[in-house]
Amino acid sequence: MRKIRLIARLDIKGPNLIKGVHLEGLRVIGLPNEHALRYYQQGADELIYMDCVASLYGRNSLGDIIQNTAKDVFIPITVGGGIRSVKDATNLLRCGADKVAVNTAAVANPQLISDISQRFGSQCMVLSIEAKQTGPNKWEVYTDNGREPSGLDLIDWIKKGVGLGAGEILLTSVDREGTRKGFDIPLVQAVTQEVSVPVIASGGMGKPEDMIDAVLEGKADAIAMADILHYDRATLGDIRSAAITAGIEVRDFEYA
Amino acid sequence: MPEVAVIDYGLGNLLSVRRGLEHCGATVTVTSDPDTILSAPRVVLPGVGAFAHGMAELRSQGLDIIVRKVVAQGSILLGICLGMQMLLDRSVEFSNTEGLGIIPGSVVPVPSTTTNGFSQKIPHIGWNNLVLPPGFENWEETLLQDVKPGEALYFVHSFMAVPKNPKHCIANCLYGGVSVPAIIGRNNIYGCQFHPEKSGVVGLKILRRFLSL
Repeated sequence: MRKIRLIARLDIKGPNLIKGVHLEGLRVIGLPNEHALRYYQQGADELIYMDCVASLYGRNSLGDIIQNTAKDVFIPITVGGGIRSVKDATNLLRCGADKVAVNTAAVANPQLISDISQRFGSQCMVLSIEAKQTGPNKWEVYTDNGREPSGLDLIDWIKKGVGLGAGEILLTSVDREGTRKGFDIPLVQAVTQEVSVPVIASGGMGKPEDMIDAVLEGKADAIAMADILHYDRATLGDIRSAAITAGIEVRDFEYA
Repeated sequence: MPEVAVIDYGLGNLLSVRRGLEHCGATVTVTSDPDTILSAPRVVLPGVGAFAHGMAELRSQGLDIIVRKVVAQGSILLGICLGMQMLLDRSVEFSNTEGLGIIPGSVVPVPSTTTNGFSQKIPHIGWNNLVLPPGFENWEETLLQDVKPGEALYFVHSFMAVPKNPKHCIANCLYGGVSVPAIIGRNNIYGCQFHPEKSGVVGLKILRRFLSL
């Protein structure tokens, strides 16, 4: 088995790290850079920055935050929220991002997926998906940070996105996001069965053990976690230990 | 402070490379100016993306010749990711493309089948452990002097740089049982497939060693 990646997800509004429930009711947690550094020092394998209100206001304010983070955090950084063009992606990559995650603009214009993928390589193009359950084993794709139904069926959209050149999927369950009830395992399974690119499960991690089902049953390649870290309910060290106990391979880590 | 020129030919996350080197105590100049590159004692050739595109960008600015001069005059050169792959003679990515020819060998696809016959995901993305290649007892006196076998670094690539001479391969990683060259080297020239600037404390140890060579 490949090493499962443990990813700290930081949702951003303006200059602040925030957290909501079902992507709504956003609450300020603190300064993004301080949290990013803490998670890096705890052994996060990657970071995801997501600008939660960028699509809504048609802007992205993450450039400064990423530049500051890149000063003392030396792990891959994925940035999403409000990326509408290859130019937006270029700017964020120049600021120190390694990958860009696109949702709303890709739903509106799927060609953006191939444009970014061809320009920077598919490893750089993360398709961000906000999925809401509509029936048994059926999910609809939402945009604008879980606010707007797109009418797209999850599986149809994922196949299309990977076909256009998405190199990775960031899969957020709107139903579970911020609830601490564990990951939506059937959702993760449905996606990992369908595509061969890596899938990051996001939304619902309440305790370290929740990641075990997402990996062993859901077959997720990576786990994104937010409020479990933000509220210090567990450290990345605790989560790494839980993974190792369950026989899941993760990166050995010692901060020196 | 050790001085480093990072070659800017339009490809790659140059800010992260610069920040990583600065964190390790270097004075860094990101540049495409031949004189600046040639006067630096240490040079980094970064890069992300397609081989043919990278070579075309280097050539269009005459930087392929400058990189060869860097090697000829004995400065220390470190190629990262695509920058490592371009050190070799050629790549089969898309069509056969000529490389810089600084270390003999070819760039070939990472096998999409494991040694047990299972299919595996390409690109190879994520953290992977360094292992000693056959014939190596340890990494004394190399770029990996401070690194222990089994320490993990961050990889993201679909092609791999395979030197013709096995002695030029200093460290491998295993992907689905397949040996993938992770660090190659010859004299004053090094190439690493992983991103040391994105590989946490282990990556920074390697950058620090590069600055003290």
